[in-house]
Amino acid sequence: MNYYLLFRQLGEGMLVSVEIFTLTLLFSLPLGMVLAFGRMARSGIIRNTTKVYISIMRGTPLMLQLIVVYFAPFYVFGMKISNGYRFVAVILAFALNYAAYFAEIYRAGIESMPRGQYEAAKVLGYGRSQTFMRIILPQVIKRVLPPVTNETITLVKDTSLAFVLAVVEMFTAAKQLAAKETTIIPLMVAGVFYYVFNLVVATFMEYLEERFRYYQ
Amino acid sequence: MKYLEIEHLKKTYDDLTVLKDISLSVEAGEVVSVIGPSGSGKSTLLRCATMLETMDGGTLSYMGEKAAWEENGRCVYAPRHEIKQIRKNFGLVFQNFNLFPHYSVLKNITDAPITVAHVPRSNAENEAMALLRQFGLEDKAHAYPCQLSGGQQQRVSIARALALNPKILFFDEPTSALDPELTAEVLKVIKGLARKKMTMIIVTHEMQFAKEISDRIIFMEDGLIRQQGTPEELFGNPDERVKEFIGKFQA
Repeated sequence: MNYYLLFRQLGEGMLVSVEIFTLTLLFSLPLGMVLAFGRMARSGIIRNTTKVYISIMRGTPLMLQLIVVYFAPFYVFGMKISNGYRFVAVILAFALNYAAYFAEIYRAGIESMPRGQYEAAKVLGYGRSQTFMRIILPQVIKRVLPPVTNETITLVKDTSLAFVLAVVEMFTAAKQLAAKETTIIPLMVAGVFYYVFNLVVATFMEYLEERFRYYQ
Repeated sequence: MKYLEIEHLKKTYDDLTVLKDISLSVEAGEVVSVIGPSGSGKSTLLRCATMLETMDGGTLSYMGEKAAWEENGRCVYAPRHEIKQIRKNFGLVFQNFNLFPHYSVLKNITDAPITVAHVPRSNAENEAMALLRQFGLEDKAHAYPCQLSGGQQQRVSIARALALNPKILFFDEPTSALDPELTAEVLKVIKGLARKKMTMIIVTHEMQFAKEISDRIIFMEDGLIRQQGTPEELFGNPDERVKEFIGKFQA
C-alpha cells in the first residue's frame, strides 16, 4: 500500500468535496431565504408553488435529483451535455435541494418571532424592510443556528453523492483506491477525513452560536 | 388644541363587536386614564388609536389631521406616506415592553431616531443618555434588556418611545407584568412625565395611580364608554357598576 499516493489522492478528492460543500452553502443559504419568503407569501399561487417545490425536494432522493438535473438539458431541451456540466449539475442539484431544507428552517425561525417585535418596530416608524433587516433577521439567525448546523454537517457527508455523476470527490477516490489495492484502509482514512472536516464545521458553528450568546 | 380625536369608533372581530361606538378627544397636556373590566375593549381602543389594529367604523385624527374615516360603511385609511407622518405624533409603551433583545439599552433608544428620523448619532446618543439619567438608568446604557429587571425594562421602553419626541404617549397596562415594587418605580416615571405636561393616555388597573395622575378617567364596559369625568367625579360616582368596579380594587 502506497501511503503517499493514498493521501495525495484522498487529499485531491477532499478538495473537490470542500468545493461542493462551499459552493452549495454559498447558493443554498440565500436561495433558502427566497423560498422561505415564497412559502409565507400572501399570494396563494406563490405560496403553494413553493410548498410543492419544497415537498418534492425533501420527498425524493438527492441522488435521483442529481441525475435529473444532469440529464434535464438533454431530455427537456435536446441539448448536448458537455463534460464540464457534470460539476455544475452537482452544485445545482445540491443547492436546489438544500435550499428547500433551509427554507423550512428559516420559516420556522421567522414565524417564532413574537408579534410584539413587529408592533414595537411599527409604532417606532420602522418600514417593512428596516423591521426585517434590523429587528427580525438578527434574532432569527440566532434562533436558526442549531438546525442550520445540523444541515451543514449532513451536507459534508452528502457530498459523497456526487459520485453518481462521476465527479471524483473524496469518497469516490477512496472507493477506487480500495478496489485497486483490495483493502478497506482508504475507506477508513476517508472516514477520518470526513470526521475532521465536520469537526472544523461544528467548531465554527459553535463559535458563531457563542457570538450570539450575549443576549437571550 | 385637540391632539387626538376619535369619533364613533367601531371594531369587530368576526361576529364579536369589541368596540361599539367610542368617541374620545384628548387635549394638549391632558392625562387620560382608561379603566374597566377585562374584555371591556380598553386595549383594543388603544390598538386602534395607535393603528396596530384597523378600525371598522368611525374616524381617527391626530392634530386635526385625519388618519382614518368612514366611506360607504367601511373605514378608509390615509395613504401610506401620510400615515407615516401621522404616526410620528404618538408613541406607545407596551405591557410586556417589547424591547429589542439583541440591542443594548442605548441602541434600543437611539436606533429609531437614527435610522427612522435621521437624527445625527451623537445627538441621538446625548438625548438618550439624558433620558436614562432622568430615569435613573445611566449605568445601564450598555447592558442588554435580558440583564435588567422588569421595571428597568419598562423604563427603558418609555425612554425609547420618548426619544422620538411624540406629542402623545399611550400606555397599554404598563405595570401589569410587574410586581408591586417594580410597579412603583415605573409609576414614578409616568408621574414625572405628567408633571411636565406630557399628553398621555393610560390603560391601567392601578386605581390609586389613575386617581392621582389623571385629569380625566374613562370607565369602559362592553365596548362602550360608560362613564367619564375627573377623578373626583368618577370615584364619587353614584353609578352602581362604576362603584362596584372601583370598590373591588379598594377592598
